[in-house]
Amino acid sequence: MSLDISFIGILIGSIMASSVPLILAASGELITERSGVLNLGVEGMMIIGAISGFALMVITDNLFIAIVGTMLSGVIISLIFGFLTQSLLTNHVATGLALTIFGIGLSAMLGKNFVGIPGKEFPILFSSLRESIPFFGPILFGHSIVLYFAFALPFLTNYFLKKTKLGLVVRAVGDSPVSASNQGINVILVRYCCILYGGAMCGLAGAYLSLIYTPQWIENMTAGRGWIALALVVFATWSPIKVLIGALIFGGITILQLHMQAIGFRIPVQFLSALPYLMTIIVLVVISRDSRKIKLNTPTSLGRIFYKEK
Amino acid sequence: MVPLIKIEKRNDVPMALYFFTPFIAIILTILGGGIIFYILGFNPIEALKFYFITPISNLYGLSELLLKATPLCLIAIGLSFCFKSNNWNIGAEGQLTFGAIVGGGVALLFYNQEGFYILPLVILAGAIGGMIFALIPAILKTYFNTNEILVSLMLVYVSKLLLDYLVVGPWSNPEGFNFPETRQFSDSSRMPLLFEGLRIHAGIFLALAAVMLSWFILYKTYLGFQIKVSGLSLKTAKYAGFKGKTMILVVFMISGACAGLAGVGEITGPIGQLHRMISPDYGFTAIIVAFLGRLNPFGIIFASLVVALTYLGAETAQIFLQIPKYTGQVFQGMILFFLLASDYLLFFKVKILNLNKNELRH
Repeated sequence: MSLDISFIGILIGSIMASSVPLILAASGELITERSGVLNLGVEGMMIIGAISGFALMVITDNLFIAIVGTMLSGVIISLIFGFLTQSLLTNHVATGLALTIFGIGLSAMLGKNFVGIPGKEFPILFSSLRESIPFFGPILFGHSIVLYFAFALPFLTNYFLKKTKLGLVVRAVGDSPVSASNQGINVILVRYCCILYGGAMCGLAGAYLSLIYTPQWIENMTAGRGWIALALVVFATWSPIKVLIGALIFGGITILQLHMQAIGFRIPVQFLSALPYLMTIIVLVVISRDSRKIKLNTPTSLGRIFYKEK
Repeated sequence: MVPLIKIEKRNDVPMALYFFTPFIAIILTILGGGIIFYILGFNPIEALKFYFITPISNLYGLSELLLKATPLCLIAIGLSFCFKSNNWNIGAEGQLTFGAIVGGGVALLFYNQEGFYILPLVILAGAIGGMIFALIPAILKTYFNTNEILVSLMLVYVSKLLLDYLVVGPWSNPEGFNFPETRQFSDSSRMPLLFEGLRIHAGIFLALAAVMLSWFILYKTYLGFQIKVSGLSLKTAKYAGFKGKTMILVVFMISGACAGLAGVGEITGPIGQLHRMISPDYGFTAIIVAFLGRLNPFGIIFASLVVALTYLGAETAQIFLQIPKYTGQVFQGMILFFLLASDYLLFFKVKILNLNKNELRH
């Protein structure tokens, strides 16, 4: 196999495509975590998004309904998590785990009649430019609208958190819910919104898999991507731009391991597949070792229950 | 008359209610399951019967129930040490896998030998394997301040990929036509069966021993006292001068050893070799078992039987009603949801007040 310039362009394009679900889910979870809520249910919300997106597409044959419906399904499923953790003050870790287990089971139940149905083709944009421009064509063009949205999302998230008043409110709620509450901010309401937003993005991430990346429904098709997205948020030390970079690295490893095998590279696939997880652990060690550094980056109240005496 | 609902924080948790709410959660889960079956177009009563009664209506079914409850109970007992002391080890699945790899490795060394000493060696190796694997998040937490939730979780995937590599590559059966599995273990590496024709094996005694031992450690020793105090208040534990770091290492080691034992019990019990699917996520489901059992050794026995039934029921429902096996996870998720929700009653009193308008004006 020759490593010519156009091949590298195609390779980069496919790395981008494989990182989309990670970017979407991690960006959503990042906002949730910035508000002080740790939702371990990413995998569950993604798989629910995957089946609802696919089912809606098969039933209605309408792209718009499928995409909006899938985000709505993410909102609904994350509402369970929101209600339990925010209104009934349950433990975030346990509730999130329950959400993942529940989501995987429920998706298989709902998807029973959709196994083996071929998916519809999702429209791609600028497909003619993709072919005509070497190298940059496959990188910049010929993708679905969801990919373009995913690559804009980290920048939008960054702008939202750093430059808008609402972003400041979210960060305040995550860093010091008591002071925020004393300033008259409704902490519970803000956290509800961030949880539901995270649910919507995870739903969309799942739908990207079942509608665009591999257009079909397979049980458990998210295959651990939700957990990688969770790791990615930590890997990126809660910074949206670093989420984008991390997702490209993680997505790149996925694609590279396929090609390395084809070239005849002598490293077992499993070791390459384990790299993202090991890298996350190493990054965790590096950022956590210095307690000042971790304080600077981590939402201070992450995973803690907030209760206001009425 | 204006009926009012008033919610008050309780000062202390009533013990009776603490052990009663898991039953509320189970009843609500069964009702919820019935509703889901109804929506899916099944007769809910019949579906629930296939789910919860048919599987255990004969001797073979009861044996299968105990077979599945054994690893769940073992892992949950270990996890209770971590959770009681506020250490969030959620990577028991990885510790189970690594324990099975180490134990299985020893069993493969003796694949063509027989001897009474082989099984104890395999079991010991499995426990040590799980222990070592659990030490990774524990050491990183104590010395580098890392979050144990994420580290233990990441290691689950690392261990599964390692197992995958081994059974496909260096450890695959040379006469196995490239199937992703190792050789069969020799009979000396297998858990003795308790009854002819049933799959229930001696591993259940490991689980029962773990229950007894954990009860003794938690309620009769200084270590258990330290664990409980640290769980209630880290500040108090510090004032009392407990060695926090050592305790974190110890609870993770106990937890990892239990998960490793569960892994070894599976491969030397019903499976008899290493392959990719040695555990249907027992390590994750055991988290639910630990909570449902209220982190109490005897509660965990009960909870492991209930959750094992959701596994069995899912299999039966798949055979008779063609519902995907994954429905077991719907039930498991619901149990935890309802349990966590009903905990609200533990910490808050819901009072229904009947006041007349005059009283309200105050």
